[in-house]
Amino acid sequence: MERIVLRQLDRNQGEMLLNMGPHHPSTHGVINFLLQADGEIIKQAIPEVGYLHRGMEKIAEQTAYHGYMPYTDRVDYLAAIFANHGYALAVERLAGIEVPPRAEYLRVIASELNRIASHLIAVGSMVMDLGAFTPFLLGIREREKLNDFFEELVGSRLTYNYVRIGGVAHDLTPGFAERVLGFLDRFIPFLEEYDRLISYNEIFVGRLANIGVIDAGEATAWGLSGPNIRSSGVSWDLRRDDPYSVYPDLEFDVVVGKGWRGVLGDCYDRYYARIDEMRQSVRILRQAFARIPEGDIVAPKVPRKLKPPAGASCYAAVESARGELGYWVASDGTDRPTRLKIRTGSFTAMEIIKTKSRGLMIADLVALISSLDVVAPEIDR
Amino acid sequence: MMPEGMTSPDLVGLIERWVVSTLGLSGNWAPVVLLGAAGAVAAIMLTFVAVFAGPVTWVERRVAGRLQSRIGPNRVGPQGILQWLADGIKNLLKEDLIPEAADSLLFRLAPYLVFGGMFGAFVVLPFSAVGIAADLDIGIVYVLAITSIVVVGLIMSGWASNNKWSLLGGMRAAAQIVSYEVPTALALLVPVIISGSLSTQGIIRAQGAWPWEWNIAHSPLAFAAFFLYFVGALAEGNRTPFDIPEAESELVSGYNTEYSGFRFLAFAFAEWANLWIMSAVATTLFLGGWHVPGLEEIVGAMGAKVADTSVLYNLAGLVVFTAKSSLLVLMVIQVRWTLPRLRVDQLMSVSWKYLVPLSFVALVGTAAWMLAVVEVPALDVVARGLTFVAFAFLTVSGFLRARQNRILASEKRDWKWFI
Repeated sequence: MERIVLRQLDRNQGEMLLNMGPHHPSTHGVINFLLQADGEIIKQAIPEVGYLHRGMEKIAEQTAYHGYMPYTDRVDYLAAIFANHGYALAVERLAGIEVPPRAEYLRVIASELNRIASHLIAVGSMVMDLGAFTPFLLGIREREKLNDFFEELVGSRLTYNYVRIGGVAHDLTPGFAERVLGFLDRFIPFLEEYDRLISYNEIFVGRLANIGVIDAGEATAWGLSGPNIRSSGVSWDLRRDDPYSVYPDLEFDVVVGKGWRGVLGDCYDRYYARIDEMRQSVRILRQAFARIPEGDIVAPKVPRKLKPPAGASCYAAVESARGELGYWVASDGTDRPTRLKIRTGSFTAMEIIKTKSRGLMIADLVALISSLDVVAPEIDR
Repeated sequence: MMPEGMTSPDLVGLIERWVVSTLGLSGNWAPVVLLGAAGAVAAIMLTFVAVFAGPVTWVERRVAGRLQSRIGPNRVGPQGILQWLADGIKNLLKEDLIPEAADSLLFRLAPYLVFGGMFGAFVVLPFSAVGIAADLDIGIVYVLAITSIVVVGLIMSGWASNNKWSLLGGMRAAAQIVSYEVPTALALLVPVIISGSLSTQGIIRAQGAWPWEWNIAHSPLAFAAFFLYFVGALAEGNRTPFDIPEAESELVSGYNTEYSGFRFLAFAFAEWANLWIMSAVATTLFLGGWHVPGLEEIVGAMGAKVADTSVLYNLAGLVVFTAKSSLLVLMVIQVRWTLPRLRVDQLMSVSWKYLVPLSFVALVGTAAWMLAVVEVPALDVVARGLTFVAFAFLTVSGFLRARQNRILASEKRDWKWFI
């Protein structure tokens, strides 16, 4: 890779090769960007991924269906519930397991709490990359409260391992719903404070508006998903368009970019789409807590050794905080999948950086990377 | 060296005369005495810089902590006030690494230039009526000139590190500081015109003790010049929102990426010292310096006259000056922890498109204002009143806004905000 860039360098024009990463403060994990730069202006930035490759898909072929669940937490450490959920969904469809309604609601509650936690990190790190440290830590403060909820519900604070094939691991603890609803009541004013502090700041808007514009056609062609494609004006949300779990019963708006501070699909749209999605998650959570039925939290007859029919294969995807997180599972009749493929939002988002970085300045590239909200382990798996 | 019978005494001159008169030395000893006196004053100033730059890092971290709803350093000493000593010792004990590919000589030289340039400015920074190392006739020009040496040090460190990120940081620093030198210098000329003096003590003496007698209240243009200077000084000191030469999320750490140990400390030291310099210059030129409000009236009512060399008077002046400067330092710190950072081209356009034309307007307008005041003396009273009211309004509305934010965020009242 490095040699390719070196060959293209126009040294007479003073161009240089800059290695941005793998240990760089704004690449959010171990990713390397090979920058062909003329001073501050970038000719092209080639993302070099693979530093965090752990062979997750290969591990799945040697692990029983139930045993693979903890590995999925590590697909995306900021939004582990989605990775759990997607895998469980795929295996359940493959083996034809019915999930009790209470478990579905618990999955939605955990997912939406996790979406808020993940988006807080996403907008916070974007703000931090632009030089403001305080809003980031205020977001971390709120996420800390969410982590307390997760500790209570799941048992862990980072790699939440909550969803099981056929249900979830634990029921709600006494008083959990009241505490979360109390938090949500204080969370909406916090978002308004956050807006006043940073979202409407002139310097901040000036740094993000009209930078890294991805129009609807490009977003579709590059296979973006999640908040990234929605902020380009494409209304595409798996929760609504490919319904799973109990999302069809819940009422929420699909947040679409408005282009209200610049062009539709610029970095500011991608930033603000995440703030708006947190508001929608609050709506979903309130409804879910109001409607959650009594009953089992795990399907009664899930065999210890799960053996889906031979030759069957299935794809199931969830709307993760970083876009479509899908699992394709193929079975050969044994208790292990013959092949498991994970499709993540960050990986596709990573590709578009190469074309979108042309002519940007280094400071803009930092904004572009963080606005796409890529997470290194989700890229590499 | 000050001539006999000067109006504005300074520390070097005082020590020199004291030594000569106590020891009864002849004129042949003058160069030796002068050198000794200058060395003594340099030691005093260096101690001041150290004692300011150290604890202010603690203050900054505590302020940042409160802004970010966390505690900040509180382990070393009461409330962590000795944290700076621990950090300093840690840095001194680190190995002084010089990269193999670096230009060794320039690499080692650069921190001295940066620190020397900053420290040199302390020669003309006044603390009280006599508390100034040497009252140069061209004090303001000297400050501008000596702090420009810092740029050479920064670009040198960026180049000599043989690291592309350092180089980018050095280039950014050079471009930024040279650009912002223009509006800063122009804004500094406004009080020079008003006071008719380039000497820092002369400018302070030309102002009064009360807020409406300060240069900032002289005219709306001087009021604007204060803010122009302040923004320019923020940029010259590489402070947020203009901290792009050391933007950690873009350039790793900028020009000081490859430095460690004491050399790194020298960069940090210079940055904190600069915090004091910019606040002290703003206090000197715009905010009345070390004048103690009400003192002259009280002493005058008792039928006496304030002597410049009186110890009490100087101490009171020191307290007033430090209080004013510290408030500005706190403001800079709060700005740093609130705002995001500009992009390089935005930074340049702020300087060349807005600050430079505005400071020209302020400069020429002030000159015209001075002429107009001669014709219509009432203009002066009205303008001083109005600008004072504007200043008060800004301060009060700032407090009100903070209060409103506190109520909106439903937080408890908290008077410990500064620690």
